[in-house]
Amino acid sequence: MSAIPRPRVVASPLAWLAWGFVGFFLVFMLALIAAVVVNSLGTRWLDHWLPDAFTTHWYGDAWREFGLTSVMRVTIEIAAAVVALSLLIGVPASYALARRDFPGRRLVMLAFLVPLLLPPVTYGIPLATVLLRHDLGGTLTGVILANLVPSVPFVILTMTPFIEQIDPRIEAAARTLGAGTATIFVRILGPLLVPGMLAAGLLVLVRTVGMFELSFFTAGPGSQPLVVVLYYAAFAPGVRASQSIDAMAVIYMGLMLMLLVAALSFVNPTNLVARLRENP
Amino acid sequence: MRRRLAEHGIDRTLLLLLPAVAFLVVIFLYPFGYGLVLSFQPERYVGVFANYEHFFADPFLRDTIAITLGLAVPAALFNVIASVPVAYRMRGAFAGKRLLIGMLVMPVTLGTVLIAKGLLTLLGARGWVNRGLLELGLVDDPVRFVNNYWGVLLTLVITGFPFAFLLTLSYLGGIDPMLERAAATLGAGPRQRFWQITFPLLLPGLAITFILTFVLAFAVFPSAVLVGEPAGETRVISIVAYRAAYEQFDASMGSAIAMIMGAVQLAVVAVVLGVRGRLYRGPSGGGKG
Repeated sequence: MSAIPRPRVVASPLAWLAWGFVGFFLVFMLALIAAVVVNSLGTRWLDHWLPDAFTTHWYGDAWREFGLTSVMRVTIEIAAAVVALSLLIGVPASYALARRDFPGRRLVMLAFLVPLLLPPVTYGIPLATVLLRHDLGGTLTGVILANLVPSVPFVILTMTPFIEQIDPRIEAAARTLGAGTATIFVRILGPLLVPGMLAAGLLVLVRTVGMFELSFFTAGPGSQPLVVVLYYAAFAPGVRASQSIDAMAVIYMGLMLMLLVAALSFVNPTNLVARLRENP
Repeated sequence: MRRRLAEHGIDRTLLLLLPAVAFLVVIFLYPFGYGLVLSFQPERYVGVFANYEHFFADPFLRDTIAITLGLAVPAALFNVIASVPVAYRMRGAFAGKRLLIGMLVMPVTLGTVLIAKGLLTLLGARGWVNRGLLELGLVDDPVRFVNNYWGVLLTLVITGFPFAFLLTLSYLGGIDPMLERAAATLGAGPRQRFWQITFPLLLPGLAITFILTFVLAFAVFPSAVLVGEPAGETRVISIVAYRAAYEQFDASMGSAIAMIMGAVQLAVVAVVLGVRGRLYRGPSGGGKG
């Protein structure tokens, strides 16, 4: 009797189902992207398998018609500000939560979880109303503030376990050698925290660029990021050529793809919630 | 005094929490409370609870709860159930694993508009799929895949599955493979190993995965407009909340609908967490540390 399971030659029906689903999903995704890319590169596409002829002018048209130079600038400004501020506010809080076990710690953690568990519409509409009353409606500041609501908790929830892994004796050793709190933060913790902050920052960046609802509720003319401009264009079809909307959607996908590849090269996606233990 | 506080973990380090807590109060709790109070000060109706009474009296508004749940629950269930066998097959190390994960996660970069436009082009009456079906003689008239319930459900699967899959994969990674090997040593077959060892350990993680996928699906908004039938089948609660606040300029009613939306969502989360509390929660590692 052999105790070690032998590899099965014939896959079980469940395995077929699983791989079949993966295959179907990937083919469908590919076809979906191809449909948009082909349309964005076609001249006129009526009742045929493919457009009559191919051209790239829709990309230039889209860039000009939708003023994408300034839209991109707004998008980058919002995303950069949200990443910087959420790290600035979130990382010190994560440090306190990771290092001190004070009464009410669980309650504070729970409070930071709530904004991530509520749909953005729920707090987005009241927040937009408040921003309007304080003359921040439709401003860049308002959009940044709204996007910070889920981002700060996200940083705290990802950074707290990260800091817990860092041996507190390192800080204690530095302190016995005469380092003050500020020195410890800059010279000891800072370098150790960089990988975690990079990962959390990139994930916040991806989330913010893709965050539709909050930006949609709070943005006004001149403070609309790419997702919002794209939605307005798609929502009012017929105003602009369908091809130039598709071209803009492809530009958006390219931007997000770049960010995701960058994020995935710093974060191992399978280690998001648990440490993978390699086979001994 | 200071030392006694420090023994309970209270010292100056906690000051680092202050900016985050202040931020949460000013940007989240205050607007939320403001919205809650505002929802009890109706602009168009009379009475403290008038907004809520109106919402539940008008089937056009009331039914949005059932419509949204009717989309979000099946989508979240499907995403979680589909990701279990896929993630289970991919839990070990194999060549090209990182690439395959990357490809499965890629749809999160597409954005609602590209997915919507792609679905309309691919599955529309003159799209590639209908064209193929017509030419093969499988159907006589184009099948209506989009601009209805199914179009939105499909979008929720496309956007939600990668997310559920990633979470499930990382929960599976947290289960010690030695447990399955131990079961195998004791004579358990593959089926038994999955259902009696891995699955019970995975279940609490699946509950969390369901909650997070449900949160995403319940908030469905742009795709319900673009690939759905926003006046009927896919009139989700976000749409009526948005219309009240931004098209009828009734911030009070908008806030009331937002509060109802939050309450329904938290109720579902609470039910799932309640069920989760009855499941096994303990170490999923081996006996030796």
